Amino acid sequence: MQEVREVWSGNRAVAESVKRARVQVVSAYPITPQSSVMEYIAKFIHDGELDARMIRVESEHSALSAACGSSLSGARTFTATSSQGLMLMAEVLFFASGLRLPVVMALPNRCLESPVNIWSDHQDSLAVRDSGWIQLYASDVQEVHDMTVQAFKLSEDERILLPSMICYEGFLISHVSEVVNPLPQDLVDEFLPEPDPKWAVFDIENPFQVNELLTPEGFPEYRYKQHKAMLRAVDVYTEIGREFARIFGREYSPVRGFMHEDADVLIVGIGSIMSTARQVVKELRERGEKVGTVELKMFRPFPEKEFRELTENARILAVMDKDIGFGSSGMVYPDITRVWYNRDGPSALNFIVGLGGREVVPETIHRIYRIAKDTDPDKIEEDVFWPDTMTEVID
Amino acid sequence: MKLKEVTDEEFLHHGGMACPGCGAYLGLRLALKALGKNTILFNVTGCIATTLIMGVTKIPMIHTLFENGPAIASGVDYGLSALEKREGINLLVYAGDGGTADIGLQSLSGAIERGHDFVYICYDNESYMNTGGQRSGTTPFGAITTTTPAGKKIKGETRPIHLRKDMVEIVAAHGTPYVASASIAYPLDFMEKVKKAAETRGPAYIHLFATCPTGWGADPAKTIEIARLAVQTGMINLFEIVNGERRITVRVRKRKPVEEYLKLQRRFKPLLEDREALKSLQDYVDRKCELLGVDMEDRK
Repeated sequence: MQEVREVWSGNRAVAESVKRARVQVVSAYPITPQSSVMEYIAKFIHDGELDARMIRVESEHSALSAACGSSLSGARTFTATSSQGLMLMAEVLFFASGLRLPVVMALPNRCLESPVNIWSDHQDSLAVRDSGWIQLYASDVQEVHDMTVQAFKLSEDERILLPSMICYEGFLISHVSEVVNPLPQDLVDEFLPEPDPKWAVFDIENPFQVNELLTPEGFPEYRYKQHKAMLRAVDVYTEIGREFARIFGREYSPVRGFMHEDADVLIVGIGSIMSTARQVVKELRERGEKVGTVELKMFRPFPEKEFRELTENARILAVMDKDIGFGSSGMVYPDITRVWYNRDGPSALNFIVGLGGREVVPETIHRIYRIAKDTDPDKIEEDVFWPDTMTEVID
Repeated sequence: MKLKEVTDEEFLHHGGMACPGCGAYLGLRLALKALGKNTILFNVTGCIATTLIMGVTKIPMIHTLFENGPAIASGVDYGLSALEKREGINLLVYAGDGGTADIGLQSLSGAIERGHDFVYICYDNESYMNTGGQRSGTTPFGAITTTTPAGKKIKGETRPIHLRKDMVEIVAAHGTPYVASASIAYPLDFMEKVKKAAETRGPAYIHLFATCPTGWGADPAKTIEIARLAVQTGMINLFEIVNGERRITVRVRKRKPVEEYLKLQRRFKPLLEDREALKSLQDYVDRKCELLGVDMEDRK
């Protein structure tokens, strides 16, 4: 493959993917840190590089509503938002997934008010983890670029027909420039052909009603079908990852292990903190520590079987959550513990880190490792830790 | 428009679940006759969205959320355009007063401002009838609703009539190329407006007065009579604004006192007993009709 290199921010990488995916309609409303995604796309359209219609809506609620309308007319459709914007969309998120519309959304993660804060954590996407959207988490700019294109293929697959969001941390990925291997257009065309809509599309000659009333006689079965389609997305994404690797030479799978096979402690999580964790693991390995990482590239659906296979040899899982499920634990943690609850396997601890953009530095991850290493899995009393928060000042 | 020009074809099957004498349902039936089969219906959450279940429409339809009918229509407008399938298709958003004047005002305003090509009809039955008759932004002064009950101390809606949301003027202020008010009691006038709205390139808006016998405490057999009296008393005025030019489409000869309209509805019972409030309402209607030039001659 021809070696071309570009230096792109995460938001630029998303826009470049939207162009290469030949998206037909884009609908979005500006919000920090998402805005430059829209600005790049607008420039592509105005420069004649992308033949798409852009709907410059008056709110995020309308952004996703218009995206649903576009999808219902059979067009390949993209939207992007973050944080408060995602919350305003909440009602429409369920609408889109219930209607099985393959809308793709870019979501540079940002924390939620109050207090006001524009920096990054995973509170926004995890607050809607059960809205029926596929959630993919990128940990660097290259992944954002690749996964955005993959998301269209996954969402539009006849076996799936569900919307996807590509989550990547605001600023840390959205605004940081990295060296990227751009996806060649001819190969993207081969990987992701023009859509052949198998989802609900308005047809004057064959009229039908969309979003009908469904009484309790049919509702659970409808939901079950939706759930099954969601579960299928694990296998379909695995398949797409293989095809992507064949064409583009980069490997993708729902779960990724790093130095995990013989690890005693596995650091688990989503997003850019896992890039930092990998660096720390390298350092620790040099000192002979048996540590690795297992990274969830896909959080919804939850790749249960794949995750179990990568973690079965570990003694303890140190699950990092850049979010908090108030009154419980982090929001990634419960899914991890569910995987092993009825089986013999590793125990787990939960670490709340990086809230509101507090930088997750290598020292934080070292601290997490020490706590996990020193824990006797049979004598866990406390399982949720706040290693980078000054809890002692408050307690 | 003449009666013989109205098609016999129906675009709603039998079996719609509207209440007896529903004005809004009749309004949709007439609107679809004017638009024909090449129409996609954006059926905004509200009474009509609930009545059109089990495949009652013969045209493509989506039951939208409460506030996003115009936004979904925007997406279909651009999506079909992108696929070069837009020509010859009408996009009709049909919404109640709650979905229009209250929760959906923002998405309507946005879709108009962006210049999308669609027809928006608001069927105004002056409260949230689908949820049991709660007060809305278009509920008139004095009306009893379930959230403005006739209590021992406060009787009905107290917000003055002139503060009621005037959707026609709000939409006209956007520079919308075609805006009209209409009534189910004047079907030919209404259908002609729907046709003009569909022929308009860009957004078009019709505010349709639609009697609600269930919510208003009225005899379902008098749906049309009440709607006609609303016009004949000047409570409702029928006109259109084409590219900014206003034209009264139904003038009133010997305008009747407002009591004649009010007395057929139980929701106005306390208002009818309050002579002072009644007089101030009559004064308001007189001034409004004079300003618009609704009367054919001076009221005797």
